[in-house]
Amino acid sequence: MTSPRPATASSAPGGKTRVFLVDDHGMFRAGVRSELAGAVDIVGEAADVVPAIAQISDSLPEVVLLDVHLPGGGGQDVVAAVKAQHPDVKFLALSASDAPEDVIAVIRAGARGYVTKTISGTELITAIGRVAAGDAVFSPRLAGFVLDAFASGAGADVDRLSFDPELDQLTAREREVLRLIARGYTYREVAKELFISVKTVESHVSSVLRKLQLSTRHQLTRWAAERRLT
Amino acid sequence: MPETPEPDHQQAGQPDPGSSSHWTARLESHGVRVTRGPASGGPVRRARDDRLFGGVAAGLAKRTGFSVGLIRVIFIIAIVLSTGYLAMAYVLAWLLIPAEDADGNIGTKALADKRGIVLAAALASVLVVALVIASALNAPWVTSLAVPIIACAAGLVLIWRNAPEEELEYLRSLADPAGMTETAPRSRRVLRIVAAGVLLVIGLWLLLEGHDRFALLKPLAGVILLVGGIALAFGPWWLRIALEAAAERRARIRAEERAEMASRVHDSVLQTLALIQRRAGDQQQVVKLARAQERELRAWLFDGRPPGSMEGQAGTVADGVRLIQQEVEAQHGITVDAVTVGDCELDDDLSALLAAAREATVNAAKWSGADVVSVFAEVEPEAVSLFVRDRGRGFDPAAVPADRKGLAESIRARMARRGGSATVRSTPGQGTEVSLVMPRAAADRQPRRP
Repeated sequence: MTSPRPATASSAPGGKTRVFLVDDHGMFRAGVRSELAGAVDIVGEAADVVPAIAQISDSLPEVVLLDVHLPGGGGQDVVAAVKAQHPDVKFLALSASDAPEDVIAVIRAGARGYVTKTISGTELITAIGRVAAGDAVFSPRLAGFVLDAFASGAGADVDRLSFDPELDQLTAREREVLRLIARGYTYREVAKELFISVKTVESHVSSVLRKLQLSTRHQLTRWAAERRLT
Repeated sequence: MPETPEPDHQQAGQPDPGSSSHWTARLESHGVRVTRGPASGGPVRRARDDRLFGGVAAGLAKRTGFSVGLIRVIFIIAIVLSTGYLAMAYVLAWLLIPAEDADGNIGTKALADKRGIVLAAALASVLVVALVIASALNAPWVTSLAVPIIACAAGLVLIWRNAPEEELEYLRSLADPAGMTETAPRSRRVLRIVAAGVLLVIGLWLLLEGHDRFALLKPLAGVILLVGGIALAFGPWWLRIALEAAAERRARIRAEERAEMASRVHDSVLQTLALIQRRAGDQQQVVKLARAQERELRAWLFDGRPPGSMEGQAGTVADGVRLIQQEVEAQHGITVDAVTVGDCELDDDLSALLAAAREATVNAAKWSGADVVSVFAEVEPEAVSLFVRDRGRGFDPAAVPADRKGLAESIRARMARRGGSATVRSTPGQGTEVSLVMPRAAADRQPRRP
């Protein structure tokens, strides 16, 4: 499950991924802890933004499992603060049910993926491994959000001048991959369906993530604003 | 109706003196009830949750503390040993013992059901025929079998006609596996026919066994003549009863239809009006609600398509998907992972798409065995696609019998009628994916943007 790590966030002696949990529900943290027990090394947990930032900076885990909503602010505050000083710490957003704009905000702040809390233990372990290895993790819901965000207003060309076509559009292949993920396919199933390797699927997804994080596209923000209205 | 409190019948098949005295003690403590005559079944109640037929054994088990299995075995042994007469006791107990948390028993209601009593009496005339045949064939075993069977049938007629709706529902589901209804799978119907054939063959063999074929001819001819005579005498009466029963059933269906219509109007029009009142300030919402309701009413009145509960509540594709998710999650206790990309208002075509999607989701929830069903809907300018996927047991689409209506009628035909398409991909052991695509009407193609 581990991969070459930079010195700042090193693997545990046993080779297990070092994971930090941020969630305001103690019950949920306990549940995740027991599900992940043995597969990863849980180095700490926090229930809110401020303690989370401090403790993550201390323990320097490889992957932080982060709730999108926290009492003291959004998960994106944690990502932004930690990333500023420790860019190698990776974040995987994990949450029950959120408004798309919150999820996109956490991703744009720098999280490497988003999964819903209905995910099974083994799937979560795979997802953590994937994030630790530098890949992106897209749940069906995130894939749907992203397709939606990039599709909306595609016909309205008002602000065409303001965006970089490279970053502001998904390729046909990326769309195909996202669609299959949104339909509930695993990366492996997507690969089989499209006759490509799992590695290629991962690179497509990572490229989508990059676009999502770097795009200055107007629609992305406008889309979020519209969503908030309805 | 006998005045004896029912459980005495049960004691015959359930020889346990301890529980009997316990029972009388309880009876005294419930003295008030005993004085209520035949309506009181004493403290034993027919169980609701553990029942196989009427819940008598389960109720007794609850009452005495013995296991249901034990009591059922005792019942069956007693019924066999008594050549069926104890089954009468069971049916009687069913009639007389009230169900748990029910007020009265079925018997009291049955007393007031004149038509039911006539029907039961008609069955008694069948008994007469059976007895005549028995004596003609000189076969006393027919008598000993016919009496309990017909008495039970008469009792069951009364139960069927007078049981409360909840119990009827259960009885119907009991009768269903036997292939009584059209919707029962073909395999069950085949099973029923085979079973009937086996019984007939065994019966014939029993008749002919030990007889010289010709020796039997005369009594058989006599029997046929007798039956003919009886049929002539009683036939019109039986026929009338059957016809009246059918007419009554039609009347009941009409009443049910009216009730359903009332509930549909309530669910759709009245509900929308209430919503509009509450959101009077939000003009856009009100217009949306009114338009959706208008469309639905028109569809109902002029196209004869009854409003699905969905159309009253969902104005757009995303709303509809969310509604399917909530409904299926609530009704089937599984997780529905629903993702929608884009959105647009519902028209008739898209409502059909959603109705097909709901059927597919319900199918997945019911049959796949998976805990999670993924639903993905994407609204594009030219078409709306919808995928329902599970990782359950899957099936071989080619092996689905042609009479399975869910897939063929509710999904494929529904999509085809509106110019859409449905494909099913399923691999046994790996799950199923239903893909639905519905082209969008030209007028609706503008993306929904404020």
